[in-house]
Amino acid sequence: MKPPAFDYILAESLDMAAAALAEAGDEAKIIAGGQSLVPMLNFRLLRPSVLIDINRIANLAFIEEAGPAIRIGALTRHFQLETSPLVARHLPVLSCAMTHVAHLAIRNRGTIGGSLSHADPAAELPMLALLLDAELSVTSASRTRTIAARDFFIGAMTVALAADEIVTEIRLPKPPQQTGWGFEEVARRHGDFALAAAAATVTVSDGAIREARIALTGVGPTAMRASAAEALLLGEALGTSLTSRVIDAVRDRVQPETDLHASSDYRRHLAGVLAGRAVSAAWRRANTAAA
Amino acid sequence: MSKTREIAVTVNGSVHRAAVEPRLLLADFLRHRLGLTGTHVGCEHGVCGACTVLIDGDSARSCLMFAVQADGRSVETVENLGRIGQMNALQQAFHAHHALQCGFCTPGMLMTATDLLRKYPLATDEEIRVGLSGNLCRCTGYEHIVRAIRTVVAGQAGDGK
Repeated sequence: MKPPAFDYILAESLDMAAAALAEAGDEAKIIAGGQSLVPMLNFRLLRPSVLIDINRIANLAFIEEAGPAIRIGALTRHFQLETSPLVARHLPVLSCAMTHVAHLAIRNRGTIGGSLSHADPAAELPMLALLLDAELSVTSASRTRTIAARDFFIGAMTVALAADEIVTEIRLPKPPQQTGWGFEEVARRHGDFALAAAAATVTVSDGAIREARIALTGVGPTAMRASAAEALLLGEALGTSLTSRVIDAVRDRVQPETDLHASSDYRRHLAGVLAGRAVSAAWRRANTAAA
Repeated sequence: MSKTREIAVTVNGSVHRAAVEPRLLLADFLRHRLGLTGTHVGCEHGVCGACTVLIDGDSARSCLMFAVQADGRSVETVENLGRIGQMNALQQAFHAHHALQCGFCTPGMLMTATDLLRKYPLATDEEIRVGLSGNLCRCTGYEHIVRAIRTVVAGQAGDGK
């Protein structure tokens, strides 16, 4: 349980990190909070020849309001997201989700950029990035580009980053007025990875749903949106029978794995229950906001 | 073996200079180089919480950080909380409530609780239990640990803090 030997580069700037990554290519790993990477090193599931440490790069940890969006620096720690008044005001579903991310000692170190890049199939932040239609800024020695969250998560622990790219910033559009939210998770122990989790936002006007988003995690190789279930909600007022149909659509959407922690059937069942609760909570909050 | 790095880390108020291999875990640096064996190593992959220390005041798993990353930082270990006969309020509460049996998890519990007490109101036992969910104890069933922390919360409220 000791990591293999590696060379260590302390990046003083993003340019320096990108140059080091360009030079080392597949052999290198970026270390941000290290809360997923270091266990993998300790287990020797990974043997990078070089670790490029971005923890001391200035101006990579921030939470800012930028017109219609909230900008979040990739090195922003989970605890900062959890306690940010700006996030609480504009993206309360994210504040709520952060309390489910691991434990304080891990939230003090873990970063949003790291969690999204790592893309654990049961992590909360990829689900939130999909729910909130995040855009990720990524950079390399040769170019900078933007990737939509829906194009970012490709498979279990696999994302659309090239070997020389680093996530630098996440932009989350502020939800419209009269948007409610819900977040529901079941884990064996508080802070453990989700057996299943669901998050939803619902925007209402004149008593009907104008926009609905439902995202899931823990029930497939990546977090996902449940588009068919979302479509059922449009133009409707939420009631018992509609909630049942949403739950069925969510269950149709997922094909969870069976593992030590839970069976596929149980995870599918949970996904439906949790999505139903999340949508109901979102509907309730949206109507409270409207009142 | 990869090239060693010179680091200077403030541990419990004293600066320690050392040459370390990049892969040396902070937990092993504290225990093997500095002899601070109060920091316990249980699982070495961030699950058990026994190795929790404070880095610039924030709790962190010392098995999920490299010593080289602590260069220039301030690390606080359980040895800094108090001494026999001069235990701090949290340690006294653990003592009074018998919040340990074998003691293996205790350093991590104390360092975690130190950070929790600074950052959360801990108004309910549920909140205390959620806060401790990243620290495994196989002896106590947690009840006495929760009780000890509850006493400290009550004491702080009594102090008007």
